[in-house]
Amino acid sequence: MAVKRNGGIPLDIDLIKWTRINKSAVERRASTLTKRRSIKKDWQAAWLLRAVSCIDLTTLAGDDTPGNVRRLCAKAQNPVRRDILAAMGVEDIGLTVGAVCVYHNLVKTAIEELGGSNIPVAAVSTGFPAGQISHRQKLKEIESSVKAGASEIDIVISRAYVLNANWRKLYREVKDFRDACGPAHMKSILATGELSTLTNVAKASMVCMMAGSDFIKTSTGKESVNAILPVGLVMTRCIREYEDLTNFKIGFKPAGGIRKAKEALLWLILMKEELGDEWLNKELFRFGASSLLGDIERQLEHHVTGRYSAAYRHPVS
Amino acid sequence: MKVKTIYKSMDYGPAPERDDQAQEWLEARNRRCLLYINGKWDKPTTSKYFDSINPSNREKLARVAQAGKKDVDKAVQAASDALKSWQDLGDYGRARFLYAIARQVQKNSRLFAVLESLDNGKPIRESRDIDIPLVARHFYHHAGWAALKENVLKDYEPLGVVGQIIPWNFPLLMLAWKIAPALAMGNTVVLKPAEFTSLTALLFADICTQIGLPPGVVNIVTGDGKTGSYIVDHPGIAKIAFTGSTEVGRIIRRKTAGSGKKLSLELGGKSPFIVFDDADLDSVVEGIVDAIWFNQGQVCCAGSRLLIQESVADRLYRKIKKRMERLRVGDALDKNTDIGAIVAPVQLETIDALVKLGQKEGSTLWQPPWACPKDGYFYPPSLFTNVSPSSTIAQVEIFGPVLVAMTFRTHAEAVKLANNTRYGLAASIWTENINLAMDIAPKVKAGTVWINSTNVFDAASGFGGYRESGFGREGGKEGLYEYVKPRIERQLGSAPAREDGRSDKKTASRFNGTPGIDRTAKMFIGGKQVRPDGGYSYSVYSSNGSGAEVGLGNRKDIRNAVEAAHKATGWVRRTGHARAQVLFYLAENLSAREDEFVSRIRMQTKATTKLAQREFEQSLDRIYYYAAYADKYDGLVHDTTYRNVTLAMPEPLGVMGIICPNEAPLLGMLSLVLPAIAMGNNVVVIPSEQHPLSTTDFYQVIETSDVPAGTINIVTGPSNELAMVLASHDDVDGLWYFGNRETSKQIEVISAENMKRTWVSHGKTRDWIKSNQGEGEEFLRRCTQVKNIWIPYGE
Repeated sequence: MAVKRNGGIPLDIDLIKWTRINKSAVERRASTLTKRRSIKKDWQAAWLLRAVSCIDLTTLAGDDTPGNVRRLCAKAQNPVRRDILAAMGVEDIGLTVGAVCVYHNLVKTAIEELGGSNIPVAAVSTGFPAGQISHRQKLKEIESSVKAGASEIDIVISRAYVLNANWRKLYREVKDFRDACGPAHMKSILATGELSTLTNVAKASMVCMMAGSDFIKTSTGKESVNAILPVGLVMTRCIREYEDLTNFKIGFKPAGGIRKAKEALLWLILMKEELGDEWLNKELFRFGASSLLGDIERQLEHHVTGRYSAAYRHPVS
Repeated sequence: MKVKTIYKSMDYGPAPERDDQAQEWLEARNRRCLLYINGKWDKPTTSKYFDSINPSNREKLARVAQAGKKDVDKAVQAASDALKSWQDLGDYGRARFLYAIARQVQKNSRLFAVLESLDNGKPIRESRDIDIPLVARHFYHHAGWAALKENVLKDYEPLGVVGQIIPWNFPLLMLAWKIAPALAMGNTVVLKPAEFTSLTALLFADICTQIGLPPGVVNIVTGDGKTGSYIVDHPGIAKIAFTGSTEVGRIIRRKTAGSGKKLSLELGGKSPFIVFDDADLDSVVEGIVDAIWFNQGQVCCAGSRLLIQESVADRLYRKIKKRMERLRVGDALDKNTDIGAIVAPVQLETIDALVKLGQKEGSTLWQPPWACPKDGYFYPPSLFTNVSPSSTIAQVEIFGPVLVAMTFRTHAEAVKLANNTRYGLAASIWTENINLAMDIAPKVKAGTVWINSTNVFDAASGFGGYRESGFGREGGKEGLYEYVKPRIERQLGSAPAREDGRSDKKTASRFNGTPGIDRTAKMFIGGKQVRPDGGYSYSVYSSNGSGAEVGLGNRKDIRNAVEAAHKATGWVRRTGHARAQVLFYLAENLSAREDEFVSRIRMQTKATTKLAQREFEQSLDRIYYYAAYADKYDGLVHDTTYRNVTLAMPEPLGVMGIICPNEAPLLGMLSLVLPAIAMGNNVVVIPSEQHPLSTTDFYQVIETSDVPAGTINIVTGPSNELAMVLASHDDVDGLWYFGNRETSKQIEVISAENMKRTWVSHGKTRDWIKSNQGEGEEFLRRCTQVKNIWIPYGE
């Protein structure tokens, strides 16, 4: 599936100014949405496999070394035990995760390790996670990661622009990032846990899309509040709005705090209900997660054997 | 292979809720449900049973007993026998039982939910996440009220045996709304579930047995409308509580008229869902789903009339249609079902007929492209655009998943359209501007107003209608008054009020005062002294035998007075303080004319100077009392759901007719007029036919006291005839009558047409001098109705 790449549009400041989000109503929808749908048995297994294919398998720690990144890349290519896949009759679907996501320093290692697997390497960038470095340094960082072979760049926006309603500056910043990305796909991290209100989340989402983001992403995983459904609901609605406006389809990536298979299903339900089946693919949807895969593996084994599984039965990354 | 197929399609699969326990419960009764009377299961004396059908698949669930008159008699007798010991349990004792019911409902919540969805066709998500949790909450909340009864309602006592008739749309929840407050306040009940949906009420009866509820406190009699009428007509019943159609509500009002049975009616609606241009439109769409596609639209307070600001209408229509495509219609027990089955074929036919009529009348119908399942009574979500207020579908309650949309240009037009209905149950207002929301909320005629939300319920908030949506409240403190009466009612006199216009001349010689210069008493309408339309007058005789002429009012005088009252729109908008100032001014100007008013009282009645003076003094006292209350009859802020301010605001009824008692010519009139105007009503006063002169004298006090024109209107004449004119006037919102039994009854019968709020004396008299009979909060409550405004907050 090829998604037409977002070319961006001029900043529509009126649209931004008029954006209003009602928090209580959003929370009500978010809390009932997931209770309106239930995915069981074979459906659950299939949906979890789909979730695996959308994972940006991530390690973003100070103690990352080439060693653990190599392990991560190996896991990315074989995310679920072959016997489990075989038992479900899906050993031939070529299941891998959506991407591997690392810091710039480890991009090279990851690319070497992933070789011809077609799994893209994503680099977090622009002074991730806080983004408190100069604009010029940010552009440099993007350029070096792209040069090193990263085909996806996860940038962080300057939260100050959002908090101070400086939409023009935010637009400029993200547009510059996008230009710096060149062919690499850009995911804009809003760090919604630091944006104070859902209205700010919506406004920032719209500005980032207007400035040419390929994906919008909730969090760095380092804020105190990361991916939560009400925020996801607001961002997906913005994606729908932007599509209505431009015909461009923008991807969505919730990141941080998603650890359970059950939660993965909820996010997939959200995508299917609010945006449609197209957003159940890695081209338009990713999970930013490190420990989610482990729980999904255990659930899949349970589906196959009927026995509750243990973590040690699945290869670690 | 299957997993791989699904991996590609990413469809939802079936997610059936198991019904084995519910089926077992039915099997244990051989699928034959009996009557629950006096804590035992009785066969019906009719020997008749009717089928209960699962509307999702047309399968027969059980046969349910048809209760006859003898069965109802037995149930009422059991309830009556149980009364004393139930009341003797005391507040704490009853609270423990209500608490036990709540716990037991929670423990059996899944069984209740499944049985409800089987019987009614509502999606399991709703019965599981909404209905049953609200049921438990209602019993917990009222366990609390039971415990507090003597603290918060010490001047009130229980009514006795209460007859309750509930609808099929929220079978167990409506049972809870009825039974919980009734038991909490010390009543016992005979309840009839709706014919289509009796099963959860019978499971509830099981629970009553399980917790050891004393026999007779709760009796469940199943059956059709005939069973209902046995309850309504039963002389042993002190109150009828009914939820259902306005049509049946009207029949019940007429049947109970004059019986002295207390009555609360929660009836139909055509509630507006108002969307302003600055609303969060995506959230609005979900609001609409919750408003009209909740419970298949079979919700009395469904937001069925969508009113959209023109500038955003097309955008919103697009969003709604997109959303409708994703709704799933199907088996109520499937956890992925958004819209379940319509309760019965007859309802399905009604919906279908109205939708066809809507198309015939030229409105545009839109339904999603997918088809409904064929094995049950399903109807797709439907949207009508190009609807005008004059279309049938814009006026009548469809009670199905059909949304009717219209646009407005201005805020004023939104209010006008919102109120362009006979109903007044609920309204939903969507805007991100709190100034606008709080401007519109009081202007909409509805008992519940949800800001940026809809169909939110909680036991702590009152629910009930304005206009033809019925009267009385369920839930909250305001709901408790429906199940108690003032203790003082026992003390009211039963001597029939004097009917003729003549006083007893024999006592004339005892009158020694000198009346003032005889004035010609006119009527007082729209702030002007006017002659009667018919040009006739009638004579009233004073206690010294001399006569006076008073205008003989007729229909047209009443019509003019009601019109004048409606024009006085400024009074209600004044602050309580400003109204209090006017009332104090009345007292000031009245007190300056003591001699004149005292001698007028004496002239009309047999009163001694001392007694007349006392009436006069008490009149001033009463003005002070209600002037004081004008800015102190506060509403409440209910503690309902998380992050929500729920304002319970008392609002005036509007235009009220007041027919004054024959006793206490000045004080009787003031005791009724003052509370009404203190709360912001405008009134049409019919003075005592026999003693009208104190009232006609009083218009001079009114004229000098800054009372706005039209706030108090006085029409003299044959009071019982004029009462009938007021009762049959559809633009009169409330009517108080203090006179004979027969007219009391007639007023209740005739008022059923527009469901105006009535308060009639049934021939009982009050001692107006006594403050516990002549004044009190009851008077304020009777001339107001509570509007609950739900304001969620958070940014």
